[in-house]
Formats: sequence, C-alpha cells, structure tokens
Amino acid sequence: MKLFKYAALGTATAVLMGTSAMAAGHGCNVTEGRINIVGNEFPAIQSVAAAAIGCASGIEAESNLTADHQKINVAGMTGNPAEYTSAIVANSSIVALINEDVVRPLDDLIAAYGQDIPTRQLITIDGKVMAVAFMANAQHLVYRSDVLEQIGMDVPTSYEDVLAAAEKIRAEGIMENPVGGAYAAGWNLAEEFVNMYLGTGGAFFEPGTANVSINNEQGVEALEMMKALTAYMNPDYLTHDSNATSAEWEAGNVALMNMWGSRTGVLMDDEGSEEVVYSNTVAGGPLTVGDSSVAASTLWWDGWTVAKNISDEEAAATFQALAHATSPALLNDETMSQAVWLMDGFDAQPVNEGVLATVAAGANPYPMLPFMGLLHTALGDNIADFLQGNESAEQALMDIEAAYTASATEQGFLQ
Amino acid sequence: MKHSTFFWFVLPSAILMLAFIALPIVSIVTQSLYTSHEQVLVTVENCGPFGCTEVTSVDQDATQALKAAEPLGKWAGLDVYKDRNHLAVAEVASAWVNADGLPDFGRTLMNLPFYAALAFTLTYTFIVTPLTIVLGFFIAVAVNAVAKALKGPTIFLTLLPFIVTPLVGSLIIFWMVDARGILGTGLQWLADDPTLSVKASTPLMWIMLMFYGIWHSAPFAFVVFYAGLQTVNTDSLEAAMIDGANRWERIRYVVIPHLFPLVTFVALIQLMDNFRVFEPIVSFSAYAHANSLSIAIFNDLGGETRLLSSAAATSVLTIIGVAILLSPVLVRTYRDFSNPR
Repeated sequence: MKLFKYAALGTATAVLMGTSAMAAGHGCNVTEGRINIVGNEFPAIQSVAAAAIGCASGIEAESNLTADHQKINVAGMTGNPAEYTSAIVANSSIVALINEDVVRPLDDLIAAYGQDIPTRQLITIDGKVMAVAFMANAQHLVYRSDVLEQIGMDVPTSYEDVLAAAEKIRAEGIMENPVGGAYAAGWNLAEEFVNMYLGTGGAFFEPGTANVSINNEQGVEALEMMKALTAYMNPDYLTHDSNATSAEWEAGNVALMNMWGSRTGVLMDDEGSEEVVYSNTVAGGPLTVGDSSVAASTLWWDGWTVAKNISDEEAAATFQALAHATSPALLNDETMSQAVWLMDGFDAQPVNEGVLATVAAGANPYPMLPFMGLLHTALGDNIADFLQGNESAEQALMDIEAAYTASATEQGFLQ
Repeated sequence: MKHSTFFWFVLPSAILMLAFIALPIVSIVTQSLYTSHEQVLVTVENCGPFGCTEVTSVDQDATQALKAAEPLGKWAGLDVYKDRNHLAVAEVASAWVNADGLPDFGRTLMNLPFYAALAFTLTYTFIVTPLTIVLGFFIAVAVNAVAKALKGPTIFLTLLPFIVTPLVGSLIIFWMVDARGILGTGLQWLADDPTLSVKASTPLMWIMLMFYGIWHSAPFAFVVFYAGLQTVNTDSLEAAMIDGANRWERIRYVVIPHLFPLVTFVALIQLMDNFRVFEPIVSFSAYAHANSLSIAIFNDLGGETRLLSSAAATSVLTIIGVAILLSPVLVRTYRDFSNPR
C-alpha cells in the first residue's frame, strides 16, 4: 500500500513537472499520442529530450537516456505497439534499427509537419528519410599549448608530428607518458583503428559486397602507427576508455590526444582540473598519417528516428515534439556549447572548433553499412594481441578478417 | 509415500523446472541450430550532413519476405558450432597438420577466441575453487576459536566480501591496483620496479582476477563450513583429546571427515559459479588479457549487431562444459546416496 502511495505521488509529480515544462514551452503543443524517447546520455541529448518532452501537453511523455541505449533500443522497438516511439541514434547505431526494420520512413511526416527542417539534417537512404540529424561529432587532436610552447614545437598536424613531440616532451622530462587515447580493448580500440585505417586511405570492404579487405599495406601501416603511439601512453592504455583518458588529461598527465569533440567541453571547463591544465587545453584539427592527406578521423552525426510499430497519432506526436526540440528554438546560452549543432542559428564556440576543422578537412563519415558493426566487434577483440606484442600485424589482421567472416556468415551477409 | 501424493507433491517444482530450466535450454539449442537468413544486399545512395555516398544496404522487403517464409531462420545444423568463433573445427584440424610441434599448435589454438576463453575459464575454475575451499575452511576454524563476545562482529566482517556486489567490489580493487593506486604503488615498491603495472601484464591480470575470485567467494565457503563446525560431535573431540591428539590431529581426523559432505556441496556450487566467471573481467576491463565463455556470450548480445545464434551456441557449449565439470562430483554424490553405508 505504501508502495502504491509513492507510485501515485511519483505520477503526480511527473504530471506537475510536465505542466510547468509546457508553460515554459515555446511554440509547440502536442496534445494527442504518446512520446517515449530512448537514447544515449550526454548533455546535448539530455537537452533535446527535455525540450521534446516539454512539448507534450496532457499526454504521456518520457525518456530513457542511458549509455546502454544500444542494448535496449531494438528490443524496445520490436514489439507492437513499440515501447519507445523514438530512438536517438548515431550513424553506427541506426544501422541495427534499419536492419531489424523497426524505424519508419519520415517522408510523410516531413510533408505534414517538418517543412522547416533543412535538407542537410535529413538522413536519406535510397531516397527515403530515415532519421533527422541534429549534431555532429568527431575525434580530433586536443593539445596542451603550454607544453608545446615549452618544447618549442608547432601544433602537430600528423601522427608523425605527435610522435616527435611526444619524444621531446619525454626527453625533456616534462611528462613520462605524454600521449593519450581511448585504447581500451573493445569498441574504443576498434574505433581508433577505424580512424587510423581510413587515414591511410584504406577501404574496409570490397565495393558493393560484404567481403572484408583490411589485410593489406594500409592495415599494417595503421596498426604500426597505433603501436608506435602506445609507447608514449600510460602502460594501462588497454583499460582506458574515453572517460579514463579524459581523467588522465584532467590530472595533467597527458599533453596530446585524439579525443571526441563532444568531450572537449568537459576538458576546457574549470571543473576537475588545475588552472594550468584547463586554460591551456586547446581543440586542434584532425591528424593525418603517412603520405595520405586524408584525415585519420571519422565524422559522426546524432539524430532521431521514429518507431515503425506505433500508431500514426503517436508517430505524429513524436515527430512534432522532436522536430521542435531540434529546431533553432533549442539554442540558447546554455545549450550552444553542448555540441556542434546542425540547426540554423548555431554559433560555433571554441570547444567546437576541433569538430568543425575535422568536417572542413573532409574526413570520411563512419561507414553506415549493415555489417560494419560486426567488423567493429572483430577489430575490438583482436587488435590488443598485436599491441601487446603477442603476434604480428599481419596475423592480427588475418584474425580480424576470419572473426568477421565467421560472424558475417552467421548473420547472412556472406554466403 | 503413495504415488498420487508424491505426484502432487513434486508437481509445482516439476512445472517450475520445466518452465525455467528445460524450456530455455530447448530454446537455446534450437536457436543455435539456425542462423539468420541470407541478407539481400542492394547498393543505394545515402545522404546526410556530410554529403552523399553510395553504400550497401539491406533490401528490407526482400529480406522480410524470406523471414516471413521461415521465421526461425535458416537451418544451419552444427555450422555455428563448427565456425571459427566457436569450436573452429577446420582451423584446429589445419593447425594440427601444419603445426611445428606441440607448442606451436598450442599458440595457434590460443589464438582462436573459444579456446582462449576456455583456457582462462578452466584455469580460473581449477585454481579458484580449491583455494576458496581451503581458505574458507581455515577461516571457519579460526573464527570458531574466537572468544564468544567477538564472534558476531568477526563473522560479519568476514562475510563482507561476499555481501559487496561483485561489480562494485572488483571496481574498487581495480582502482586500488592502478599504477597510481595504493596497492599498485605498493607492488611497485615491493618489486622495486616503478614501471610495474598489473593492468598492462597478462600474467599479473590473471593473478589479480583469481585473487579477486578467492577473496569474493571464500566467505561463502566459510559460512557453510562454520555452520558445519557447530555440528561436530564434542564427544568425539574430547575422546580424541584424551587419546592425546593435538589441535591439528583433531582437525585432520575428526573435523575434516565430518565436514566432507559439505566440501562436496561447496565444490559443486563453486565449480558452477567459477565456470561462469564474468563480473571481474568486466570491472577490471580485462578484455585484452582474459576472456571467458560468459564474456563471449555478453559480447555477442551487446554489439551493434546481435549475434543470437552465436550466443546460443556458446551457451550450449557452456552447459556442456558445466556438465562435464560437475560429473565427477555428481557421480560421487549419487554413489553416496545409492550405497547406504
């Protein structure tokens, strides 16, 4: 009984909050249907979800923002009716939703409610709009201007420059392990390889097929460069994900690293680190590797989708709320620096410069292929053996290809 | 007992076992024999904020038609079990033929994900299980000798490692053994090597994981043995004392034989638990150094593309592994019960 009381109280609070948010809302008012958003958890997405929920007036509206969103979004959208009416995804994770056929094309909803959305925000596959992107992200160099000044070197533009600078920083006794990177075995490590391999000009698959082809000169070059970098990293690098790498940075142990644009805000604010660290933290451009002039980075977008297995009313409600939440109305002093927004009226902040430079450098978008996730997993499982010196680069690449081929065969991408 | 009474007595548990043990096993076995349908691939234009590209995509209509025709998927028989990510039959056979001696064969085997995971899982199981039992037994004997007033608090403190959530407990140790943590720095000082890092070395990481495993489950063995110690016949102990047996001899000839059935019980539970080792690898971020069968299942289900058949096949292999591990203990228990002494 007590439990019931709490539950009732909780609902009442939610209703109250919903009403006050609506009162503060600006120009959107969704009165029919249902909104339930699942997505990743970082400030920009929190702002979007809050704004979308603010549009709901008198209807059920909630969000479930969690770092584990990828593990629940397909399951939560497969049922009929689907639990989630929208999933906020990135260019890698939308593939799983499309493969499982749980998101609907948005063309009719755009015609009815989304005429103002600029074309560059629309993600179209085979002529059908499948998602609306609202922010861009990429990894790029982050450096300590004071340390580079101390050793008298320019800002690195290539990984070769990074190695030279790292050697000098170590030789002068400024830092023992001046290079940082999210090299944790698994997804992070695979992502670093994807960046580096694209930077060498490599292609992951034979065109038009799901046949992997990374066991080549570019693959070896990418692995060798990653190994060279690890010599200047904290010896625990295989356990350092983006969070741990950011912590190393804030502790002042690192002077050069390839880091996500969406995390530079945290590094440059005055929380969690000393003044000498945060005031000298600068977001640089993307790095190159070897003779290739391609940026060794990938471009990412975050965007929202609408579930397929929901009623037209729910789809319309979700679309209207999210279209409003990712319109110029979202932008204010607080939200402006949270991301590289794709909406009109975005005014770039210093923390965003790295991502904008990466876009300007013409980096490749992360491949939006149905079987890329399988390769990413295979990469994450097999690169660590090479970095630890247990096997050759060729052997590691062979293992990756074999692991990918086995799982792609099981998934029906290869016969 | 009358047959009908017996029937009604076991019916609820039989139904529950059927629903929660038998049916899931049938489900994973079925799943592991089927794979996804052939995906119909098409090349389409993909546009977004960063321009347009030609990409390969799944032809949804064609693939959905295939799925509707055969909802279970494509019959694969034992193909998933035999592929490189599981038993790797072809790879092992060719390694056996081409290997330059047994060590070379071993290296090739350890390069295959299933065998690498199995190697760690078995090492972990066979080191952690006996050490847990021995340590738990000695803690129980020691606590049993503590003064009565101190017994309550001592038992509580001894149980703490078991009470702490595995993920949290291992995460705390993970940060303590960090190169800059208290244990990590202590180890560097002890070894006189400032570059020593537990997280960077495979052997040290294995030792760390097993140390954690023993630390976490010793209290379980302790509590079982401690309960058993309360039932030791004091007459036999006193008789042994009169015969001139010292403390060790009393433990060896009176206490241990009395507790032996409990050793079987703890071994049974610990073998099952340790074979499913999972949490420490996650919280120690030890993927680069150690993998277990449970981690393989978790990774199959947690990726961007869920590999259901692969996860099901690994689950079936785990069940077979547990069955093999437990068979000696089960046979022994069966004999004990069928041959009344």
